[in-house]
Amino acid sequence: MLYFIEQLLNGVQLGMLLFLLAAGLTLIFGIMDLVNLAHGSLYMLGAYFAATFAAFTGSFVLGAVLALAATFVSGVALEVIAIRPLYGRSHLDHVLGTFGLLLFFNELVRLVWGPAGMTLSLPSEMLTAIQIIPGVYYPAYRLVIIAATLAVAALLYILVMRTRLGMLIRAGASNREMVGALGVNIKLLYTLVFGLGAALAGFAGLMQAPILTVQIGMGENILILAFVVIIIGGIGSIRGAFVAAIIVGLIDTVGRAFLPDLLRAVLNTNTALTLAPALSSMSIYMLMAGILVFRPEGLFPAASK
Amino acid sequence: MTEPLLQIEGLTKRFGGVIASDTITLDIPRGEFHAIIGPNGAGKTTLIGLLAGEIAAQNGTIRFDGGDITALSADRRSHLGLARSFQITSLFRDFTALDNVALAVQAHCGHSFRFWNDARRDDSLRAPAQAALERVGLGARAAMRVDRLSHGEQRQLEIAMALATKPRLLLLDEPMAGMGPDESARMVAMLRELKGSVTILLIEHDMETVFALADRITVLVYGRIIASGEPAKIRADAAVREAYLGEQEATHG
Amino acid sequence: MSVLSKLNPRNAITIGLLVILALIPLYAALTGNTFVMTLFTRVLILAMAAVSLNLIMGYGGMVSFGHAAYLGLGGYAVGILAKEGIGSGFIQWPVTIAVSALFALIVGALSLRTRGVYFIMITLAFAQMVYYVAIGLDRYGGDDGLTIHQRSQFDGLVDLNNKTLFYYLCFALLLASIYLVSRMVNSRFGLAIQGARSNERRMRAIGFPVFRYKLVCFVIAGALCGLAGALLANHTNFISPAMMFWTRSGDLMVMVVLGGLATPFGPLIGTVTYLLLEEALSRVTEYPGLFLGPTLLLVAIFLHGGIAGLFERRAP
Repeated sequence: MLYFIEQLLNGVQLGMLLFLLAAGLTLIFGIMDLVNLAHGSLYMLGAYFAATFAAFTGSFVLGAVLALAATFVSGVALEVIAIRPLYGRSHLDHVLGTFGLLLFFNELVRLVWGPAGMTLSLPSEMLTAIQIIPGVYYPAYRLVIIAATLAVAALLYILVMRTRLGMLIRAGASNREMVGALGVNIKLLYTLVFGLGAALAGFAGLMQAPILTVQIGMGENILILAFVVIIIGGIGSIRGAFVAAIIVGLIDTVGRAFLPDLLRAVLNTNTALTLAPALSSMSIYMLMAGILVFRPEGLFPAASK
Repeated sequence: MTEPLLQIEGLTKRFGGVIASDTITLDIPRGEFHAIIGPNGAGKTTLIGLLAGEIAAQNGTIRFDGGDITALSADRRSHLGLARSFQITSLFRDFTALDNVALAVQAHCGHSFRFWNDARRDDSLRAPAQAALERVGLGARAAMRVDRLSHGEQRQLEIAMALATKPRLLLLDEPMAGMGPDESARMVAMLRELKGSVTILLIEHDMETVFALADRITVLVYGRIIASGEPAKIRADAAVREAYLGEQEATHG
Repeated sequence: MSVLSKLNPRNAITIGLLVILALIPLYAALTGNTFVMTLFTRVLILAMAAVSLNLIMGYGGMVSFGHAAYLGLGGYAVGILAKEGIGSGFIQWPVTIAVSALFALIVGALSLRTRGVYFIMITLAFAQMVYYVAIGLDRYGGDDGLTIHQRSQFDGLVDLNNKTLFYYLCFALLLASIYLVSRMVNSRFGLAIQGARSNERRMRAIGFPVFRYKLVCFVIAGALCGLAGALLANHTNFISPAMMFWTRSGDLMVMVVLGGLATPFGPLIGTVTYLLLEEALSRVTEYPGLFLGPTLLLVAIFLHGGIAGLFERRAP
C-alpha cells in the first residue's frame, strides 16, 4: 500500500515535469505552428546549467535561478538566430531543421561539458523524507518538485488568462492571422513565447537533475512523452496539457510498477514473463491510441483556427 | 409523377453560436436551373457544403433521388451523381489541367487499386478528360500546369472537373467569380447549354445571369430562406428588394 | 525525346552514382578495402528504406516520423526467428514482410484519421512504443541487443555470408524497389495518392474514398521498409532497439528530403549524401554533429526541394 502511494506520487511528479515540457511545446505549436524537436535540448541545457552554476556558487537555489535565466536567454537567442527562418514553412521543414538543432546541441554539450554527464547534489534538508500522512514518507525534494510545478502552472494560468500578453497568446492560438492584422509586434510575441517555452523546459530539466539525470541526449526520451501528452490533451491547450500530463505520468509510473506483476499473476506462462515488462511500457501508447479512436483532436482541443 | 431530385428538409447548421443555415427546406425538381442568391454571409456556401457532404448538419435531412443522403460522405455523394465547384478555386495545382480532369474521370471509373500501368497513358481516362476540357473551352490548355493557368481558366477547370463526373446535380458556387467579361459570357453560354440536361443549383452574385438563366430563385439572408419562386415573383417581392436587391441598387445606383 | 535532352546534371549524377555503386565490390577486391563495401552495403539498405519513406512522404504527403520502426520490426522478425531455430530465409523474410505490413495497417488505421502535426507526432509515438517493447524483451537481448549468428539461409539459392553476393543482392533489391515505386506512383493508385497529397478536399469532392488509398500506401511502404530491416539485420548480424529509436526515423526523413522529395532516385542520392557526409565529418572532427546539425538546418531553410532542388529550377 505504501509502495502504491509512493508510486502514485512519483506518477504525479513525472506528470508535473511532463506538463512543464508539454506546456511550452503546445504554446509554441499553437501560436507559431512550429514543430520543435529541439525542445528537449533546452530541457537538457537547463539541467547542465543548473549543475554547473550550483557547483560554481555552492548553492542549489542560486544555481537553479541562474540556470533558468541562462536557459531563457539561450531560448531567445535560438529563436532569433535559427528558428525565425522556419516560421510559415512546412512541418517537414520544421522537423528537418529542429532535428539538425537537436544533433547540434547534443554535440555542443559534449564539447563543453564532456561525454560523462554530471551530477547535481541537493542540500541535505531536501533529502529527508517527510511524513505526509501517518506512516507514509516521501522525499521532501520530490514534494518540492510537485509544489514548484503547481506554482508555475498557477502563474501560467494567471499569465494566459489575466494579462495582455496572455490575451495575445490565446488570440494567436485560435487565429494567427488576426493577431498579425491587429498590428501587434508579432516578432516580439513569438520570441517571448519561445523564450517562455524554453524557460519552462529548462525549469523541468533543472528540477529533475538532482534525482534523475544530467546527461547528453536526456531530452530525447522525455520529449516523446511530451508529444504524447500534447496529443492526448489537445494541441494548443495548456489545460489539456496539464490534465493529460498527470494522466500520462500516473499511467506510465503506476503501469511500469504494477503491470508486470499483475500480468505475471494473471498469465502464468513463460511468454507472459517475457512480455510483461514490454507490455507495461506500452500502456501510455495504448491510451493514446484509445483517445485517437474516440477523440482524434484530443481531450481539450484549443479553438480551431 | 416523379419526385424532386433534391429534397432538403429543415437543414440546420450552427458554427458555435452562429446559425449558418436555419431550417432550410427546399425542393428542386429534375432538370431545374435553380439559383441561390443573397448578401454575403447569408450561408450560401455553407449550404453547398452541407449538400456536397463536406459539412455535417445538426438537424434536417437531405434526400437525393428518393434516397436519404444526410449521413453520406462527400465521396459517396459524388458517386450518386452530385458534383460541385468551389467558391475559392480548389484544384491540384502541381498537375496539368488534363491530369486534374482525368483524376475526376478516374474516380468514377471503378476502383483505383491498379498499381502498374501508367494512368497518364490510359485513353479511357484521358479521352473523356480532354472532351470535358474542350467543352469548357480549355482544350488547348490541357498540358498546362494549373498554377500557370489564369484565374478565369482555373474557374473553367473547376467546371470541367464537375462535368467529368457525369453528374445529375451540379452545385456551382460562384463559378464566374473574378472572371472577365469574355470568360463570363462563355460561362453563361455553357450554363445555358447545360440547362435542362442536368439539374443545376447555382450560387451567383451577377443578377443579370441569374435572372436570365434561372427557372426558380431562392433568396437566403442570415441562413434563412426569405423567398423562393420564379424570377418575376422574386423581383417583385418586397422583402427581397429590401434585404438584397435594394442593397444592389444602392451600390450601383 | 532524344537521349541528350535527358542528360541534365541530375540524371548525370544519378547514372554516375549507379555506375560507382555497381563497381564498389570490384574496388574493394582490388584494394583490399573491405570497409568501403560494408559502408556501401549499409547505404544500399538504408536507401531502400528511404525509397519506402519517399513513397508515403514525398508522393503521398504523409510525413511519418516513425518509419525506423519497420527497420526494427523487420530486423527483429529475422533475429527472433533465428534465435528460435528458424534460420531459413524462405520463412523469415515473408514473416518480416507480414509483420511489418500488419503493424503498418494498425498504426495507419489509427493515425491516418489525423492530420498535419498530429500525424507526425502519432507515428513518432507508435514507433517509440515498439522501441520500448523491444527493450523489454529480455529474451531477445533487451537493451543490449541480440547477435544473429547465422544469416538468413536460402539453401541452394544464395549464400548471404558471401559479402559480394550480399552487396549485389541489396543493390538488386534497391533497384527493384525504385522501379516498383516509380511504376506505382504513375499508376491509377499512384495518381490517387498524389492527388490526396495535393488537395485532399478536392479528391473527396470528385469521389475518392481517400482513407483507404492512403492506408494501402502506408502498408506497402511499411512492408518494403521491413524487408530493408531484414537486410540490415543480416548485414550487421545484430539487432537492437537502437535500430528504431526515433532519431533513426529522423535520419531517414533527412535522407529523403536531402535527395529531393517525390523523385525516383532522390532517396538514393539523399542516403549517399547523408551517410557519406556523416562518415567524412566523423573522420575530420571529433564533433561531427556541430557541423551536420547546422547543415541540416540550412538545408531546411534554403533548399526546399533538397539537393535535387539545386538542379531542378521549376518556375514558380
